Amino acid sequence: MSTVERAGGGLATYVDDRVSSNKFLKKNLSKVFPDHWSFMLGEIALYSFIVILLSGVYLTLWFKPSMVEVIYNGPYVPLKGVKMSEAYASTLDISFDVRGGLLIRQIHHWAALFFVAAVSVHLFRIFFTGAFRKPRETNWLIGVALLTLALLAGFSGYSLPDDLLSGTGLKIASGIVLSIPIIGTWASFLLFGGEFPGTDFISRLYGIHILLIPGLILALVTVHLMMVWYQKHTQFPGPGRKNSNVVGFPLFPIYTAKAGGFFFLVFGVITVISGLFTINPVWTFGPYTPDQVSAGTQPDWYIGWLDGALRLMPPIEFTFWGNTLSLNVLTPALIIPGIIFTVLGAYPFIEQWITGDKREHHLLDRPRNAPTRTGLGVMAITFYGLLWIGGGNDLIALAFGLSINSLIWFLRIAVIVLPPIAFWITKRICLSLQRRDREKLLHGYETGRILRLPNGEFIEAHEPINEHERAELLSKMDVDPLPIPPAADENGVANPHGALGRTRARLSHWFYADTVPAVTAAELAAAHDHLHHEVEAEAHDLEHYRSLEALGGVMHDPDGPKQNTPH
Amino acid sequence: MSERLDAPTDGAGSTLARTGEVPPERLEVAAVTHSPRRADIDPRAARRAERQVSIMFGLSAVLVVAFIAAYVAIDISSTVFIPGLGDVGAMNLALGLTFGGAIFLIGAGAVHWAKKLMPDVEIVAERHELGSDEATTDAALAAYKRGRDESGFAQRRIVRRSLLGALAFFPLPLVVLLRDLWTQAPGAPAPYVQLANTIWEPGERIVTDITYQPVKAEDIPVGGLVNVVPERLKEVEEAEGNLNARAKSAAILVRMTPEQIRSQQNPDWDYQGILAFSKICTHVGCPISLYEQRTHHLLCPCHQSTFDLADSGNVIFGPAARRMPQLAIDVDAEGYLIARGDFAEPVGPSFWERG
Repeated sequence: MSTVERAGGGLATYVDDRVSSNKFLKKNLSKVFPDHWSFMLGEIALYSFIVILLSGVYLTLWFKPSMVEVIYNGPYVPLKGVKMSEAYASTLDISFDVRGGLLIRQIHHWAALFFVAAVSVHLFRIFFTGAFRKPRETNWLIGVALLTLALLAGFSGYSLPDDLLSGTGLKIASGIVLSIPIIGTWASFLLFGGEFPGTDFISRLYGIHILLIPGLILALVTVHLMMVWYQKHTQFPGPGRKNSNVVGFPLFPIYTAKAGGFFFLVFGVITVISGLFTINPVWTFGPYTPDQVSAGTQPDWYIGWLDGALRLMPPIEFTFWGNTLSLNVLTPALIIPGIIFTVLGAYPFIEQWITGDKREHHLLDRPRNAPTRTGLGVMAITFYGLLWIGGGNDLIALAFGLSINSLIWFLRIAVIVLPPIAFWITKRICLSLQRRDREKLLHGYETGRILRLPNGEFIEAHEPINEHERAELLSKMDVDPLPIPPAADENGVANPHGALGRTRARLSHWFYADTVPAVTAAELAAAHDHLHHEVEAEAHDLEHYRSLEALGGVMHDPDGPKQNTPH
Repeated sequence: MSERLDAPTDGAGSTLARTGEVPPERLEVAAVTHSPRRADIDPRAARRAERQVSIMFGLSAVLVVAFIAAYVAIDISSTVFIPGLGDVGAMNLALGLTFGGAIFLIGAGAVHWAKKLMPDVEIVAERHELGSDEATTDAALAAYKRGRDESGFAQRRIVRRSLLGALAFFPLPLVVLLRDLWTQAPGAPAPYVQLANTIWEPGERIVTDITYQPVKAEDIPVGGLVNVVPERLKEVEEAEGNLNARAKSAAILVRMTPEQIRSQQNPDWDYQGILAFSKICTHVGCPISLYEQRTHHLLCPCHQSTFDLADSGNVIFGPAARRMPQLAIDVDAEGYLIARGDFAEPVGPSFWERG
């Protein structure tokens, strides 16, 4: 035992005597986690968040969250003598005066972009593999809350430098608050301390951005991870993987090295990118003033869909009894996002209600084996993607020389028409893949080897698939839709839950419609014999031809030399 | 291998399986597989991997030294030309690459170490059942009942209800304390009144937005556009210490020939074909700056609302639902353009009380 180990052991005993930590270590050092590249998406989110916290602390040392007007007199020549808020001036100082300040700012901004992206893709992974099913519905809800907080964190941080772009973003936000019926005007005055822009929003946003939101995120991330830890990670089907076990590598040493190392990889990549690529060059936008704007204004990528929704909404506004209801702003900015996040959060419960599936699931679904869910997911992504494209419609129109009006009209129609088409296409692709899986499982894979039989017939040789793929394909399970309850019992008394029950059963039928039946044991046994028979027959035939060849005949041997010479 | 079917695949069975706790394992599959890596069988490969890992860790430390050297040696204002990136700040580039490289190499070394040298045989662990067994649940219930009975929580209704009432009231101060986020002075006009008015006054000179120069009619050619503000804006801004007045009063002057003007919000609000409009979009309030001379269309760069200034500033495309408010103008005795009063309707985004 080395000196270091002895010292470590002493410390461990000291701690153990106080909190019995050895029990925890005994249990958890060898805790098993399954391995898959897609399980690292959540890790990227976590590590970017840590990088955001670290870099953010450095930024607070120099950033001044104040809207007091100052005249800039720093090293950035084009803005010398310009009136600006202290927030903007201190952002310029961080960028031009503090050595490494620009790097920290860019690390903070890039890490934020990575964070929201990783959270989003992580959400896709969870959704498409059905990892949100019992017992993980609560963790899904926490995840949706984290996504919402990530967006708020991003937007509030983006607004702090008080540059022309961020100020325009806040002006839009104030316009959105104004559209809220009855209380909008008052809410806007309360939030901004009077009329927009006022002199309060930077200091108010600052506390929210550096304390409230990160605090909430940190708390929720902790619960999120504790639940993953306690419930154990889900795993993809494969050899030896069952619903009742978890197959993978131990926390110590493998994941200590892999996950710990991965933190450094994420941090390193973000830092290198921040060294190479400029992000949010606030000095080129200039300080915020409410009567200036630059063409081609773009929010950060994760706000793009909201901006797109605002752009695509037709001008619908109602006036009644002296009041104005601005549905052209309210709908895209608050109603649609409200619906999206509500449905997103409720999805596990909706699906559970439709399928009636209350069982624990620790083996992940392959997306193709849940075609309706996968279709719904792609439908949602299509909707989101079209709104996002809408957010950049001016740049797209410019780049491709399109009429902005036609592009907007195309997108207005597309956001309604394309998502259902995407659903249908995705579902069909999933069902085709199911059919192919079934085929592969029963008849093996196509080798591409064409054989000519003595009778002149050509066949393609099939080979059994490997154990890994076989285990994966065998994971498909059939679940029957819920039976449709009768409208009335045998005495003619109406079923009190009839209507709802029937709707539920119909949805259940819709959810499971068209699915390709899973392979049964009997089919598998029959196919197994057949495949063996085929392979043996092939071998037998080859033997036979070789013997003919020995007698001077010529044959085509697929494994032999490429010319017909005797060997 | 044995092929066992412990999940019934007939309809009735799988429907029943729904209410079961765990999905049954379907068809038993092969055990966990493993094939050895190069480093497991070839000691030279293992030594090579060891070397690679230690080089990465060592290089990381070297890069940290390089980071400190760059921090001290490079001038913060110097730039360097990098093909593909253009002129970039030398310090940011050097610090980012050295620090980022140092961090990355620690990660790369650790992951390489794990993948090449640590055992890669997968372990199988059983999952524990999440739901508690009956005895535990009963014990928990008993403990709850004991506490309930001992405290009398169930029987002492007045205590219970008064506690719930107190707890319901307790957060109110937290809400009340937010009241002074409202910074309006007592007696200040209601928000919707403030939103509906700007500082434009009858007879107020129209001046350019940055240099505050008064404008004469002949300064604006036909087809031209000038960004303007009220003459008093500068002093109002200095007195108020904020940009609120500018946010509402910013306007534009455009000039057309009289026959190009198809309609106005009031037939005589122009001065010799010069029209004044608000600059603040009626959608969500972006300042509008894109004016197409030939069509007299004004396009908002934020959400592409388009207004026809030759036709009363009406919306012709995009999400805005309201026309652009027009400002009635005239000239004073010295020939400078003046406003004949405030806008006749609120500028900027709609709000509930706007009517």
